[in-house]
Amino acid sequence: MTDEAGTMMTIIPMLIVGLPLAGFLLNGLAGKKFASENISGIIGCGTVGASFILSAVVFIELLGRAPGERAVTVRLFEWISAGSLSVRAAYQVDQLSVLMLLIVTGVGFLIHVYSVGYMHGDPAFWRFFAYLNLFIFMMLNLVLADNFLLMFLGWEGVGLCSYLLIGFWHDRKFDTGGYGAGKALTSDAAKKAFIVNRIGDMGFLIAMFMIFAATGTLRFSTIFTQAPAHFAANDPLIIGITLLLFLGATGKSAQIPLYVWLPDAMAGPTPVSALIHAATMVTAGVYMVARCSVLFVLAPATMEVVAVIGIATAFFAATMGLVQNDIKKILAYSTVSQLGYMFTGLGVGAFSAGLFHVMTHAFFKALLFLGAGAVIHSLHDEQDVRKMGGLRKFMPSTYRTQLIAALAIAGVPPLAGFFSKDEILWKTFSDGSVAIWAIGWITAGLTAFYMFRMMTMVFEGEPRFGHDTHPHEAPATMLVPLVVLAGASVVGGFLGVPHALGGGNLIETWLDPVFERSMRILPETSHGSLPMEYLLMAMSVGIGLAGIFLARRIYGSDPGIAERAARRFPGITGVLRGKYYVDEIYDAVIVEPLKAASRIVLWKGMDVGIIDAAVNGVAKTVNWLSSRAGRIQSGNVSHYGTAVLVGIGLILGILLFR
Amino acid sequence: MTADTLLILTIFLPLAGAAVVLPVKTTSSASIKAAGLLASLATFATTLLLWSNFDATAPGFQMESSIPWVSSLSVSFHVGIDGMSLLLMLLTAFMTPLALLGSWNSIEKRLKEYVIMMLLLETGILGVFASLDLFLFYVFWEAMLIPMYFIIGIWGGKNRTYAAVKFFLYTMAGSLLMLIAIIWLAYQGPQQTGGGFTTDLQVLYSVGPRLPAGLQLWMFLAFTLSFAIKVPLFPLHTWLPDAHVEAPTAGSVMLAAVLLKMGTYGFLRFSVPLFPAATLTCIPWLAGLAVVGIVYGALVSMVQTDIKKLVAYSSVSHLGFVVLGIFAMTEESVQGGIIQMVNHGLSTGALFLLVGMLYDRRHTREISEFGGIAKVMPVIAVFFMIVSLSSMGLPGLNGFVGEFLILIGAFSSPYLGPWFTIIAATGVILAAIYLLVVYQKVFLGKNANTANSSLPDLSKREVAVLVPIVVFIVWIGVFPGSFLHLTDGSTRALVRAFHRDAAGAAMKVGADPVPAPPSPRTR
Repeated sequence: MTDEAGTMMTIIPMLIVGLPLAGFLLNGLAGKKFASENISGIIGCGTVGASFILSAVVFIELLGRAPGERAVTVRLFEWISAGSLSVRAAYQVDQLSVLMLLIVTGVGFLIHVYSVGYMHGDPAFWRFFAYLNLFIFMMLNLVLADNFLLMFLGWEGVGLCSYLLIGFWHDRKFDTGGYGAGKALTSDAAKKAFIVNRIGDMGFLIAMFMIFAATGTLRFSTIFTQAPAHFAANDPLIIGITLLLFLGATGKSAQIPLYVWLPDAMAGPTPVSALIHAATMVTAGVYMVARCSVLFVLAPATMEVVAVIGIATAFFAATMGLVQNDIKKILAYSTVSQLGYMFTGLGVGAFSAGLFHVMTHAFFKALLFLGAGAVIHSLHDEQDVRKMGGLRKFMPSTYRTQLIAALAIAGVPPLAGFFSKDEILWKTFSDGSVAIWAIGWITAGLTAFYMFRMMTMVFEGEPRFGHDTHPHEAPATMLVPLVVLAGASVVGGFLGVPHALGGGNLIETWLDPVFERSMRILPETSHGSLPMEYLLMAMSVGIGLAGIFLARRIYGSDPGIAERAARRFPGITGVLRGKYYVDEIYDAVIVEPLKAASRIVLWKGMDVGIIDAAVNGVAKTVNWLSSRAGRIQSGNVSHYGTAVLVGIGLILGILLFR
Repeated sequence: MTADTLLILTIFLPLAGAAVVLPVKTTSSASIKAAGLLASLATFATTLLLWSNFDATAPGFQMESSIPWVSSLSVSFHVGIDGMSLLLMLLTAFMTPLALLGSWNSIEKRLKEYVIMMLLLETGILGVFASLDLFLFYVFWEAMLIPMYFIIGIWGGKNRTYAAVKFFLYTMAGSLLMLIAIIWLAYQGPQQTGGGFTTDLQVLYSVGPRLPAGLQLWMFLAFTLSFAIKVPLFPLHTWLPDAHVEAPTAGSVMLAAVLLKMGTYGFLRFSVPLFPAATLTCIPWLAGLAVVGIVYGALVSMVQTDIKKLVAYSSVSHLGFVVLGIFAMTEESVQGGIIQMVNHGLSTGALFLLVGMLYDRRHTREISEFGGIAKVMPVIAVFFMIVSLSSMGLPGLNGFVGEFLILIGAFSSPYLGPWFTIIAATGVILAAIYLLVVYQKVFLGKNANTANSSLPDLSKREVAVLVPIVVFIVWIGVFPGSFLHLTDGSTRALVRAFHRDAAGAAMKVGADPVPAPPSPRTR
């Protein structure tokens, strides 16, 4: 780790983070007075675009260095210091954070540009861009932080931006598909996201306390170098720390049991869903676990939990995605499911593979959301896939980009999703977790199915929207980002072509130094044989193609078939559409009892019923006694004051002259 | 002017201001307001001078001066400040002009008396934070009570008499016990050190710890009960919601921002250093009550229908954090506790100002009367959001710095188990719940109530009241060092002395020795 004060490599990272902050302040403080929304748009896009270019400069600089010299620390100032705790605001530029920098600023820039078209005419256009820039600033702090506390600033900061942006149109109705039916507003969804995330954040906080108590610092580099000395493998302390960190990750990255906020987060404007709830923020948990890989590999028990939770989330979210009719909800469950894959990868020790999937998923899922936004936009805010259909004719360019994205996520080679998902599945299998692999394999089929169910219902067949609706291709500011992301979804996978297919797995090689220490701790696993790898690869492609075929067959030939099937199996469909009733269960078991207990037992019972009754009882008794004693209780405060003084005098007198 | 006279000047400047206002004609309200505001601003200016003259590296009290007062009892007018006093005096002098300016047009009767009472209150509070003599401290402590009683009782809401009397009796009950303990302690002085009857704090600092543990415990309880009522610590808090709801805006602001801190200040200035052995015995109980208060206050806050009551109960929760930090007795937690006193003063003071601004417009505090008013009042909505975020401890704003230091310090405290911290940390989730719920109900959604459809947004005066608070909210959040380092030296001395005395006390009674203070860690 080098420390190059005052050089280009320390100034540029400050600019990368500082520019979006400046954009936030400009738009936030003065945006309302700008003559035209274009000024807000230019500030918003310009700052993030510049950050992206500078990130690329940093990347190229690091590329030119020897692998061991690619980590740079940028110190800013002492942040919080008291007693033996000393935390500075400092950034850590290395292979891992640069990868995240490029994703966040790159995809972020495209979505900013897209938003110029999408948010055109909104009275709070400036505020939207202020929030987006603040989000980028917070996200960059999250990925660049050189210690847990600064990471936590970004961690909670992105949560705040998520809250502000989900509820951006705070008075609009929002269909939760369950609780509060017909009455829920987008601000309910925003609030839920923040609170559910805070539950995870509490885990993060307590993990920090435990780390500080054990090591005396919160700085990554110190903790990670000393961790093997501090913690024996499977020490209960390190298991506790990593489980609590993972609890934080399940909040931010929407995993069981805290995933419930993400489908509701779709209440936000679609660019927000693409940027925050698909491409960047929700991958923060994956990034955090990868960053702390040394701690996790010291706790094999936690690793197993991560893998199991990951694959369970992947599977259950995919099943819920099968029956959604809101185009954004389909994509939301898909995101939860794909995040589950990433955690599965992390859980079996395939950290690079998990991050590879973070990257490819950022491309194709952002693309899917932006495409959905274009569709929603052209159908005047219609989100129900049952009322779409035949859009291929009206929006050919959008259709082509969406097809690429859908094929990518379905795992069709040589698109990006194939390489990254397959890498995770292969690593899972060769790690010996065959059951997890099998569930992952089935989930791959479900993924292809729900994705092409959506594609077919939206773009194929006859139009099912009203005759007065004339869908059209989106404006250039929206279309260009789609095309760029489609390009990335095509070529992005080649960064990680496995050795088995004659590739160099560039991304794994790039990230190797970051995970080197963890890999040394991790027990050696059998690497599996090459023919096996080819066989599994063929199987994943096979189940993906089967899913695509089946979905097109069912929904293309006869859109009514699904409804008839649903009627034949009302039980399973009901459970899936009801999302396993998890929201309802949380509500009945936790939320309502807590509210009732607080109102009835604590407030009315304890506060008013017991404490105040006792206080007033004493007062009444005194009142009664004093009314007996005479008319001392004159109601005149100065009399009381005199009495107090006389009393003081008496006490003093007795003590002094006894 | 020397620094010590500057300190005395600061304490009495508001009193002088009150004397200036006294002869002004009742009808010329503009000059009354102007004089009051000027006096409080001048006081703030002198506290800034105190800050610039303060040497953060020096341990012990500074700018001391001692004037013989009641010579027969060897009581003297002895004042001086350390970092904690300075921070709280700054906070007091900062909030007073804002409270006055914030209630500029809401006081409709007896304006002159109101301004005088506010200034008297300020002198009383400043005196409390600077007194180094127990008798003098007690005088200021009681003196402050009277203007507050009148502020609630005269300018309060419908139930003001009940609230004012409840406030007065609750606090008096505690104060009287404290007075007995003060006299008792002053009497012990000679027996321990051979000197005379004395109420001088610095002398008593060497007397208290030498007292037998049993005696310490009684005195500790007397002092601590009085402070715990003021904080207020669960279950002594029920005067607070009533007092807040009935008090006028400025009264609530001063009550929340400064008066409650007199209790937590008292713990650190008197209870702990005077009676370390007794403190050690009571730590689990006090920290336990603090943790209960954190969760209890938050849960009760969550189900309130009156917005002012909601903020009042949230104070019970927030002050619980401060008390936990103090009795965890690590450098991190105590420093966190001190900065959290300031943070709570800023954010809860601002919340009461904001609620007052809503009340001025709608004359109701029922949450259900509002809804969707961000549409008509976007500026107040932004301020309310920032202050709520500060109050719920969002990193980057002030509240986080205090809560984080308290929790991380308490977690590694040699005197408390980890469960205290873990349960306290749930308060962080609950704070998000009650603040976001009230924010949504008041500001977000559809503006359905016609009474709210044409509310005027904040005036320039109101914005001018809130902006300085927001500046400090961000300043403390991003560069807390400017304030934390003021209390570095005094906290270290306090905590180390406590570790020493506590270890000694544990040896004496033959109990298990207290775990050694955490060794300095690698940075």
